[in-house]
Amino acid sequence: MAVTGTVAVEASAAVVSRAGRWDTTWLLWIAVIAVLLVLVVSPFVYLVLTSFQAERTGDFTLSNYATAYGRARYIDALFNSLKLGVGVAALAGLFAIPLAWAVARTDMPGRGFTRMLVLATFITPPYTGAVAWILLAAPNAGWLNRFYMFVTGAEAGPFNIYSFTGLVVVIALYSFPYIFIFTTAALELVSSEMEDAANILGAGTWRTMRRVTLPLALPAIMGGLIICFLEAIALFASPAMIAIPARFNVVTTQLYQFFGNPVRVEVAAAYAMPLLGVTVLLILVQRLITARKGFATLTGKGGERRPIRLGPWRWVVFGYAMLVASLSVFLPYIFLVQSSLARAWGRGFSLDNITLRNFDFVLFEHTTAAQSVINSFIYASASATAAVLITLGIAYIVTRRLVPFAEVLGFLCVAPFVIPGVVLAIGFYAAYAPPPLSLYGTALILILAFTTRFLPIGYVNASAALRSLNPEMEEAVRVLGGSRLMALRRVVAPLLKRSLLGAWLLIFIPATRELSSAIFLYGPNTKVASVMIFDMSEEGNFEYLSALALILQVLILPLLWFGQRALGRDFMLRRTAT
Amino acid sequence: MSKLVLKNVSRRYGTFKAVADFSLELAKGEFVSLLGPSGCGKTTTLRMIAGFAPPSTGTIEMDGQQISSPSGVVPPERRRMSMIFQSYAIWPNMTVGENVGFGLQVRKMSRAEIDRRVDAILDVVQMRNLKGRYPAELSGGQQQRVALARAIVVEPEVLLLDEPLSNLDANLREEMRFEIRRLHDEFKITTVYVTHDQSEAMVTSDRIVVMNKGRIEQVDAPHVLYGRPRSRFVAGFIGRTNFLEGTRNGSDVRFDGFTAPAVAVEGANGPGELLYSLRPQAVGLTTRKPGGPGLAVEAEITGRAYLGEYWDYQVRPLGGAKPIRVSTAPTSIFEVGSHAWLEINPAAIVRVE
Repeated sequence: MAVTGTVAVEASAAVVSRAGRWDTTWLLWIAVIAVLLVLVVSPFVYLVLTSFQAERTGDFTLSNYATAYGRARYIDALFNSLKLGVGVAALAGLFAIPLAWAVARTDMPGRGFTRMLVLATFITPPYTGAVAWILLAAPNAGWLNRFYMFVTGAEAGPFNIYSFTGLVVVIALYSFPYIFIFTTAALELVSSEMEDAANILGAGTWRTMRRVTLPLALPAIMGGLIICFLEAIALFASPAMIAIPARFNVVTTQLYQFFGNPVRVEVAAAYAMPLLGVTVLLILVQRLITARKGFATLTGKGGERRPIRLGPWRWVVFGYAMLVASLSVFLPYIFLVQSSLARAWGRGFSLDNITLRNFDFVLFEHTTAAQSVINSFIYASASATAAVLITLGIAYIVTRRLVPFAEVLGFLCVAPFVIPGVVLAIGFYAAYAPPPLSLYGTALILILAFTTRFLPIGYVNASAALRSLNPEMEEAVRVLGGSRLMALRRVVAPLLKRSLLGAWLLIFIPATRELSSAIFLYGPNTKVASVMIFDMSEEGNFEYLSALALILQVLILPLLWFGQRALGRDFMLRRTAT
Repeated sequence: MSKLVLKNVSRRYGTFKAVADFSLELAKGEFVSLLGPSGCGKTTTLRMIAGFAPPSTGTIEMDGQQISSPSGVVPPERRRMSMIFQSYAIWPNMTVGENVGFGLQVRKMSRAEIDRRVDAILDVVQMRNLKGRYPAELSGGQQQRVALARAIVVEPEVLLLDEPLSNLDANLREEMRFEIRRLHDEFKITTVYVTHDQSEAMVTSDRIVVMNKGRIEQVDAPHVLYGRPRSRFVAGFIGRTNFLEGTRNGSDVRFDGFTAPAVAVEGANGPGELLYSLRPQAVGLTTRKPGGPGLAVEAEITGRAYLGEYWDYQVRPLGGAKPIRVSTAPTSIFEVGSHAWLEINPAAIVRVE
């Protein structure tokens, strides 16, 4: 009976497909295919093609690969990226896993506060974090070094942000929320009854955690570590600000140099292949691990979850959470604010050093700073709107199986997830920069690239929302004489309003700070805020930069507040958000 | 003329036959149930009638006009039917009044006319006072009434119900069965009702179609279905029964522990061992040998269970090996191990396949 039951369920899904075949869905199908060709397929195809083409002539050649891997320092950069990824994942795990466990499963004080601080970390762009840490740990001038010298009377401080270790720390501090999100999501599904079962057989709190709770959450933790690794090797901003002054390269900074004058996009494309390959491979591994059956995801209904009582240890755990938060939020923001209000950040907190000139300058005097913030918001809202509409349409086609092979469309929507931002940008450059389109430097190419980059977030949210909507809601419209379009307009759209708004915010917020794809595609009139901040860091204008970075953060706050009101406190920290 | 005619309808998904060779005619105003276990094809059949799925073979006609065939299907919105879904599918973004008025709005009626009809139907289902509420503020039973009102107010040619009561608790389910039948008696809408619950089908229906593995097992009025099941599946699915093996022996049929005259037993004409059904309610249990026309068989009580509304006894004929289950009034009490007499009406023994 169970067997025929599942057949019947699949069958009823297929039912809709046949019935829908005679609508005008073929037109829709063609339109959607066209959009995905432009956004996903052609940049990817051009990326691969370009890597085999000779500059100017376009003949087939392997010389790009020979150039890209022909020097020891290019190879070193590849290995640096690997080391960086492993280091970041390990350190971020050390930050995130205890915090996630404490927040999800224990009676640690300040759990909501800790969550809030993780969110604050999550919405801090990596470049803002990197800048803050330059203020904190630059050799000699950094505040941590100065404090050390003040306390010990030593001649020099121990910290140097311009080092491999410095880079690992900075990236780990701003990517650990990924692991936190994965781990809390898994731990919140482990029922207390499973832990009770271990307790009653004689295992104490720590043993239960080690033998039962953590193994149950392990696939999710592994998934988070992998995402963190990929985030680290795909990141452009922090390495560019820290690794380049420290005189070593990683893949992304090396790619940036291939893109410098003269632009050698063919070599860059060839050089991007390992990054793309590793990402595709690891995402597959991650999917395999987290899709494994019999683990935490299956216990959704498993009864109540009581917090584990830690006794006096809860203050120790709380202390650790506050330590991590100090490194990622408190200290960085204190000194960002100080620097934004300072005539010269190195002169410290004295009253005569305080000024509002920096804000005044970036908002009203600087030729492009204010415009760059406006650009960021315009491009972000355009691409968030486009991504939500496109993915809603495709998710509808896929979940209702309106056309044959609809799954392919869904796959194309989530495919950009495995393409790092820099690689995507190179693909867009290869596809749309040359004539006849010549889109390089236009607002359109940035919007298209952002839209593609965030299609997966849109798709995951749209299809989750649609799957939660019983198809009978639409069938009820049709059986009473309404068309499919009427069902969409009167029932589906009003019911999905909230989830679509959520998806829009989840795209809009990161899109306002996107750097790694923008840095390869912007033009003189289409500079976005992230690029502006990056430029200022190269010029060493940390006071202006801090002011601009804070402005960007403050502008996000109302959206965040609105999102939390409409969608729940944790809307940014859910699995569908990443 | 028949209202709705299904001719040799079947539906395949790949190699799996969800519905096979289904033929049925519904008279105007008739209430027919499709009854069977989950996965038997009853919902698929209903969805073909609604136009959500085309048949793989066969045709469906309404008022003599073909509305479904493998080559083309009149879409659901042009069939003038209505349907009540398992989930009710009440639109949470509309009030009760807007939900019920939706179909009338689609039919381009005037605002005043819509209001009048909505109020009238809400009176019928006793929901008038909740017209302005949103569905999230209603109980399951109230949502069910809204679904009923929404489906009936458009005066459909055919009303389809897909397990409409399966999400309600037991008491409400019982109440709503009668409600559905009452509405049918009031509006006389030709109705197809899908359910896996036999008592629901029996309370509501003029005829019941019992389905199993995509095929029709039997189509009959409820009391015929119960008294004269034609297959082992029907006998077992509708109510409880005793399956007896009987062998023809001259003018008698010999069962385990007793014999019955073959003329009195329906269908007792084949050679060899055949299968018969005997309902527990059709057997009497007495302390003294009964003097009536039925067979009197002396037996021993081997087990019993008290279920409030009746006793469920297991009674083994003295000459037999297997006990027969017998239902008696809650007042007739027999101790396990004691002897008693079975009174069996041979006409209640029915040959099944």
